Amino acid sequence: MNNYLYYPGCSLKGTGIQYEKSLLACLKALDINVEELPDWNCCGATSYMSVNEKSAFGMAARNISIAEREGKDVLAPCSACYMVLNKAVHYANEYPDLKCSLKKAMNAVNMDFDGNKQEIIHPLHMMVYQYGLENIEAKVTNPLKGMKIFPYYGCLIARPQARYDDATYPVSMDMLMGTLGADVVDHTLKTRCCGGTITGTISEVGLRMVYILLKEAKKKGAEAIATICPLCQFNLEAYQKKVEKVYNEKFDIPVLYFTQLLGLALGLDEKCLGFGHQIISPRKLLTKNQPL
Amino acid sequence: MIDLSRKVKYQEELDKNFLSEMESIDGGENLRNCIQCGTCSGICPMSIYMDIPPRKIIAMVKEGFKEEVLTSFTIWLCASCYACSVHCPEQIQITDIMYALKRKAIEEKVYPKRFPIPILSREFFKMVIKRGRNSEFRLIIKVWLKVSIAKMLSMTSLGWDLIRTKRLSLRSDRIKNHKELAIIMKNLNGTS
Repeated sequence: MNNYLYYPGCSLKGTGIQYEKSLLACLKALDINVEELPDWNCCGATSYMSVNEKSAFGMAARNISIAEREGKDVLAPCSACYMVLNKAVHYANEYPDLKCSLKKAMNAVNMDFDGNKQEIIHPLHMMVYQYGLENIEAKVTNPLKGMKIFPYYGCLIARPQARYDDATYPVSMDMLMGTLGADVVDHTLKTRCCGGTITGTISEVGLRMVYILLKEAKKKGAEAIATICPLCQFNLEAYQKKVEKVYNEKFDIPVLYFTQLLGLALGLDEKCLGFGHQIISPRKLLTKNQPL
Repeated sequence: MIDLSRKVKYQEELDKNFLSEMESIDGGENLRNCIQCGTCSGICPMSIYMDIPPRKIIAMVKEGFKEEVLTSFTIWLCASCYACSVHCPEQIQITDIMYALKRKAIEEKVYPKRFPIPILSREFFKMVIKRGRNSEFRLIIKVWLKVSIAKMLSMTSLGWDLIRTKRLSLRSDRIKNHKELAIIMKNLNGTS
């Protein structure tokens, strides 16, 4: 227990750098040991499947095989990585032919693939359902008092295989934010698609997906959106100015990772939580954060 | 005037093997059981922007409207959020079918020219198979050079925001044991 392999995926080393910083800082504060999955490769993401299904499963399987060799569960903070790895396991179990060819491919490089030896878990679920909210509560020094937070989960932490949460209306982040003392906004768009990569490819459609989410958050009086996925965070924050221009409406809503908010509540130094990487300044919100 | 010619197709012109082809993919087994309830179209956040809604796509796959389905905008608008797959009362894995249709369209080269989504998928595939990792910045540049430079330039303010906040990594990341990955891929596909 409390010993995981951290699988960053490509985003946490790039556009999601503040997610990596804040996650690692929180894990340290919670005394949870992690090391990076040795020589991890890209999970294949959601684009890979469109070109070659077998290769896509192979990309995912190599990471799983490494974790099995190390004998530790995998902590996957990116929802796409989390979904892709779990989907590979699910399909390998469902379709013996696939499992057989994945096993064979791994054997060719002196590795094995089982799929069921190690769990691939998202840090949100790990914290809420394994570490426990009561243990987190005990470490809260600067509760998020008076902060109106809009938890947004996005699609891939909840689907297609929902192990911990409901597939449409999950509650784990709501519970965590409540534990941290935040004023949690309830809404029905928790797992509505953020637009994925469509924001960059067919921007008319993608920007509208982002607009709908921002508008709902604004109407509910949210002061910040809390996310758990680097693509959701990117779409809602980096495209926000463009959405404001296209729809002629001001939002200016900070979009933070749940780990940044957790870090604040744990009293961690703002500097190690990566707030400097935010495009939309959360300054106004941060001034509310005071020690008990 | 209404263009009636496009709406009629005779049985002989349909692709008889299309259904069995799609049924054979992992997740497509229940395709034949579709009751045309429309849950997929109802729950899909993209369906209002699609030229053919998901329910109709399934019906057309069943009947063999291969050309219409593969050239549709729909398959590229699917953002793979899996809402349809989770809610389908017949457990048809519609997202997986959409993926299979994208692969088929790429394989048969029937997607619209300079259309960014299949280009993104292919460039992503090429980069990851070569390096084992994806460098977000390089990928974006590669895709937009192939699609439209004008569009790339319209993104400069976003690019500047990312540079300003130190979120664009210019370093090209790759895995150490690339040989291992290549052998795995070769083993799965017969090619690397």
